[in-house]
Amino acid sequence: MAIKKFVVGCFDDEDVLFPAVKKVRSAGYKIHDIYTPMPIHGLDKAMGLRDTSLHTAGFIYGITGTTTALSGIGWIFNKDWPINFGGKSHFDLPAWIPITFELTVLFSAVGMVLTFCYLCQLAPFVRRHHFNLRSTDDQFTMVIECTGKTNEASLEAFLQSIGAKGINVQHAETGWWLGSYANDKKPFESKAAVTV
Amino acid sequence: MASIKYESQVRSPLVNGQKDYHQVTEDIIRPIEAAPSVLWWTGFLISVALLTFGIISVTHEVIYGVGQWNLNRTIGWGWDITNFVWWVGIGHAGTLISAILLLFRQGWRTGVNRAAEAMTIFAVMCAGQFPIWHMGRVWMAFFVMPYPNTRGPLWVNFNSPLLWDVFAISTYFTVSLLFWYSGLLPDLASVRDRAKLKWRKAFYGVASFGWSGSTKHWQRHEALSLVLAGLSTPLVLSVHTIVSFDFATSVIPGWHTTIFPPYFVAGAIFSGFAMVQTLLLVTRKVLKLEEYITMEHIDVMNKVIVLTGSIVGVAYLTELFIAWYGMNKFENWAFMQNRVNIFSPYGWSYYLMMGCNVLSPQIFWFRKMRRNLTVTFFMSVIVNIGMWFERFVIIVTSIYRDYLPSSWSTYYRPSIWEVGFYLGTFGLFFTCYFLFSKFFPVIALAEIKHILKKSGGVYKEKMGAIEEEPLEEFAHEYAHAH
Repeated sequence: MAIKKFVVGCFDDEDVLFPAVKKVRSAGYKIHDIYTPMPIHGLDKAMGLRDTSLHTAGFIYGITGTTTALSGIGWIFNKDWPINFGGKSHFDLPAWIPITFELTVLFSAVGMVLTFCYLCQLAPFVRRHHFNLRSTDDQFTMVIECTGKTNEASLEAFLQSIGAKGINVQHAETGWWLGSYANDKKPFESKAAVTV
Repeated sequence: MASIKYESQVRSPLVNGQKDYHQVTEDIIRPIEAAPSVLWWTGFLISVALLTFGIISVTHEVIYGVGQWNLNRTIGWGWDITNFVWWVGIGHAGTLISAILLLFRQGWRTGVNRAAEAMTIFAVMCAGQFPIWHMGRVWMAFFVMPYPNTRGPLWVNFNSPLLWDVFAISTYFTVSLLFWYSGLLPDLASVRDRAKLKWRKAFYGVASFGWSGSTKHWQRHEALSLVLAGLSTPLVLSVHTIVSFDFATSVIPGWHTTIFPPYFVAGAIFSGFAMVQTLLLVTRKVLKLEEYITMEHIDVMNKVIVLTGSIVGVAYLTELFIAWYGMNKFENWAFMQNRVNIFSPYGWSYYLMMGCNVLSPQIFWFRKMRRNLTVTFFMSVIVNIGMWFERFVIIVTSIYRDYLPSSWSTYYRPSIWEVGFYLGTFGLFFTCYFLFSKFFPVIALAEIKHILKKSGGVYKEKMGAIEEEPLEEFAHEYAHAH
């Protein structure tokens, strides 16, 4: 969570974006993020992002569900309150399969969605800075972080040369804050005003 | 030419017209930003009126008891369970379209999946009402959940198909809701970022969870959708299987059949697709989305309807054959006397079911019929009437005559409160659907953009030049591109 300086370049076409990503990276600039209106397959690889482990988390949640169901029902029917259902076995595994399956799916799905929201920091009333409002419509927005060594003018010229449009410089908060999209008030700004 | 990006022109495009990304956003979000039409208000108010009637009927039932329904000595399950199974069945198409077709890489699902998933959620909500209110003392409904209690603790019976149903339906509802809403996040963000009005910015800001479209988020989102699809695929098959277990694990002649699980699942998909057709034919017309929900989509869904309708037909005939071949007197009676005999009290409903579900969908073997909107709409309603009667036939004709002729019941007619309850669920369903179509994008925006350059009408034309190239030249170019 810090306010940083970024150079923003917008692209209209993913076919221009891909070679641009390659060039920006080989020129040594640090891509903060690329915001796109839809998933672009291969962009994560091109940006050098590692693969997500969300699948593994889903698997772990799933087996937790399986274990919960089997151990729960097993304990209830054998230890806590054994009931005689027409002389059938107390350990009646085939009859438990439906509930075990459902709980596996339920735990896995709920766990994965919560993990997804946690990892991406998504929740109701969460607000963040959006560099370009058209990046949920038709533009691909590349955001490059300015470090101490970055020469803005040459970076802007470079972005222009690789096909970016609407290039601009923005100071932005990288994290999120609680707030409404209906007003632009930022909690940290008002705090600064008080101290002044 | 680096790679082949466009789909062959042999397949018809999934998005018609001159569209670019921005145009797609415009077309799909336009109905949300426009004021609701007179047609919308009319439909919405009728739905709310039906819902009100339903609430009155249920209130009456809660105050005076389940005796207000015309259930009797042998018909302990009448309209309520028929309606329950009918709504659950309808709730199967959404997840089938969004999950199974995603795994099978069926591009056409993108045009219809969002609305179909919404429909699934609303249908399951309607279905859930019936077992809950049938309990009579509805304030004790939480007894179906296993929790440590002061009655022993006396636990629920985990070996009972009725409890499996509780788990199956609630899991199905939860997972469908999560799947649907996680897919909606990016689209709600699109509405938010275009919003001019203050309330709209605030509302969609909250609803979109602060989605930004970051590449890392998209990567996780794709992984999430794929795994949820993988989980939902066996789930959707399990739900109606378990519903069929409610009947199949009993020893009632007519219910005690091993064919039930696949037969119920096929029937569920059949009725679900019919309901999707009913809703989408109206939606595409009213919201002017003909270029996204194309004739191609309607054609494909009609193919699914004729396939599943025929599977259901084979199941009906297999049941009859086994009833005869099994040489069980009671089983044979349930089928030959209570159903096939047209002069038996409920014989008419059996033939209504056969006509609507097996014979009439055969019209869809003809391409012309599959692409005729009037025929499709008419058929989608017929199929759902037929599927309602299927459940009615299974339930009522199996139990109205038990082993003791002296208790054979009088003719079962639902009371006004039973009918009111059923109409009330229509009210609930359509109220939800009208609100959904007004406030949410009815087509998966990001997914359409994702397939636009591959299957969009304009882009497919670019494939023409590539397809006309001589094979050697094409192979040469393609080999050197890598």
